[in-house]
Amino acid sequence: MAESARLQVSDEVAISITNMNKWYGTFHVLRDIDLTVYRGERIVICGPSGSGKSTLIRCINALEEHQKGKIVVDGTELSSDLKNIDKIRSEVGMCFQHFNLFPHLTILENCTLAPIWVRKIPQKEAQETAMHFLEKVKIPDQADKYPGQLSGGQQQRVAIARSLCMKPRVMLFDEPTSALDPEMIKEVLDTMIELAEEGMTMLCVTHEMGFARQVANRVIFMDAGQIVEQNEPEEFFNNPQSERTQLFLSQILGH
Amino acid sequence: MSDQNNKPAVAFVREQPIPASPPPTSASGPVRWLQENLFPTWGNALLTVISLYVIYVVLSSSLPWILGGVWNTSSLAECREVLDGRSAACFSVLRERWNQLMFGFKYPPEFYWRPILAFFLMLVAAAPVLFPDLPRKMLVFTGLYPFVAFWLIWGGTILSPLLALAGCVLGYLAYSKWVSRSFAAGFFGGIAVAFVVWWLGGLLIPEGASDNAMLPAVASRDLGGFMLNMMLGVTCVSLSVPLGIALALGRQSDLPIVKGICVIFIEFIRGVPLITLLFVASVMLAYLFPPDATVDLFLRVVIMITMFSAAYIAEVIRGGLAALPKGQKEAADSLGLDYAQAMRLIILPQALKISIPGIVNVAVGLFKDTTLVSVISMFDIVGMIRGPILASTEWNGVYWELFLFAAVLFFVVCYSISQYSQWLERRLETDHR
Repeated sequence: MAESARLQVSDEVAISITNMNKWYGTFHVLRDIDLTVYRGERIVICGPSGSGKSTLIRCINALEEHQKGKIVVDGTELSSDLKNIDKIRSEVGMCFQHFNLFPHLTILENCTLAPIWVRKIPQKEAQETAMHFLEKVKIPDQADKYPGQLSGGQQQRVAIARSLCMKPRVMLFDEPTSALDPEMIKEVLDTMIELAEEGMTMLCVTHEMGFARQVANRVIFMDAGQIVEQNEPEEFFNNPQSERTQLFLSQILGH
Repeated sequence: MSDQNNKPAVAFVREQPIPASPPPTSASGPVRWLQENLFPTWGNALLTVISLYVIYVVLSSSLPWILGGVWNTSSLAECREVLDGRSAACFSVLRERWNQLMFGFKYPPEFYWRPILAFFLMLVAAAPVLFPDLPRKMLVFTGLYPFVAFWLIWGGTILSPLLALAGCVLGYLAYSKWVSRSFAAGFFGGIAVAFVVWWLGGLLIPEGASDNAMLPAVASRDLGGFMLNMMLGVTCVSLSVPLGIALALGRQSDLPIVKGICVIFIEFIRGVPLITLLFVASVMLAYLFPPDATVDLFLRVVIMITMFSAAYIAEVIRGGLAALPKGQKEAADSLGLDYAQAMRLIILPQALKISIPGIVNVAVGLFKDTTLVSVISMFDIVGMIRGPILASTEWNGVYWELFLFAAVLFFVVCYSISQYSQWLERRLETDHR
């Protein structure tokens, strides 16, 4: 599967980041980030905690502001112009570590809210789309429940469906399985794998190395706010070049 | 081998699952309940007996006083005659001065039906706001109610409430036309249009329009009694909740000037006693307005009480906003919702739900604080009791009965508010924690 999926990568640029820098106060979190993501690519970003990997993908949909450099998503440059930001956000889906479902709305309402208010889609049509994606993540029968009644794995799948309802062109995953019990990680990863097989452009911050091997066509290793190494998964895991990567891999694969 | 036999076996495999069974039934019945809850130990039994005795003493002295009360006399002296030395209440004052307690002593009696009608219409208007299950179309009446109520209670020319309504409607139309450009353009444009309409319309209304109106005009200073408390309470609560929300959001704003104004407003108003604000309203605001501007005393008091409680509500809501996980705003942002949508659909519904107990606390306090207007010589129910009623020769000295009555009125309203808020909290319970 991995080979065939790799072929789907096109020459079209989905995201291009050039010389991007970010500071928290005086702390330099992201340093000279250069990254081009092609449409259909599935990129896994890993690295030790505090290395800036979450901050990097949060910059892509402007949840964090970058101070220097350029981020272009789908031909639209991220600037302080709110119109551009809202446009990019509606094209880029995001899943969070803690799901961030809206607890006061039902599962179905969670999924239809943004299509109705942002895309101005009629309610009925939005509900049909939502049910389609809820079926895809295999929880259509929970549509009328509230997020608090679902397990963590189910909630994360709802969060994925909620993003998909906006028909995004890029999906960002910020440690989607880190807050889950081991039994539930698989159901979420299966959903993500399915999504990858359909050719979705994905950027995924995760420590699931099995997922990276199976799905990614590029693995990026970050440390201290810099991209230290990137390569195809086979090469990356079997033949890491930098010392820092070797140390990291030995620590997370060592047991 | 023998070594292993001495150790407890580690390996264990469950052959059959344990079926679920009902919990053990404990003995029940009234005797058992008494034993468990009232007389479990000697110490508790003693406390039970003492409490029962205290309850008995309180009731045995107050019940005869209340139940033996006199209702049909025309003065306190007559009451004393009827009672003939017995200690009992003289509730006749409530009967005889009922209208004064409810409407004040200057509201024309032939128009009492107007505030009464306004009161019942208020129940209809409030219903769709308080109970989300009612049809949303009823909100149209809620929107019209302030103008209807104003016309009913104050009377005068119907042109003034119609003009006020026209200003609001045109302001809203301007808002919805310009809001797509930017929120600020819609908001300030709408307000500007409303003011222009009011100003132009004010010039058009003829001088003596109120002289031969369908409902004769009643001046603000003629309002009084519990009606005044209800009017102040309802108006100020319904104005201060939206103002409080705006202040709370303003305080969290990234715009330094907006934030500064909100912080200074909240901190200043919270740091000043309400009574001083009311004195400012009654005496000093006259110096601030142009000499020929006659801003109604009722309106001035409403402004002051609204500002006061809005500052408190803003802080309560800020607490609710702070209690929400940061991820909620991020999730809303990441879906492409703009600020107004994120606030209205995601953040405020949750923050307000958390803030319900606090908001109700402020609302109940505000409602009771409306009695403070008696200090600036407005004749609300307390003002009526302390002034015209106790000062009259017939009823000089009937303190207990009058203040007990006022207390009961306030208790009924405040307890209803509290019960409603608890119902609302249960109804909004969706997080299943």
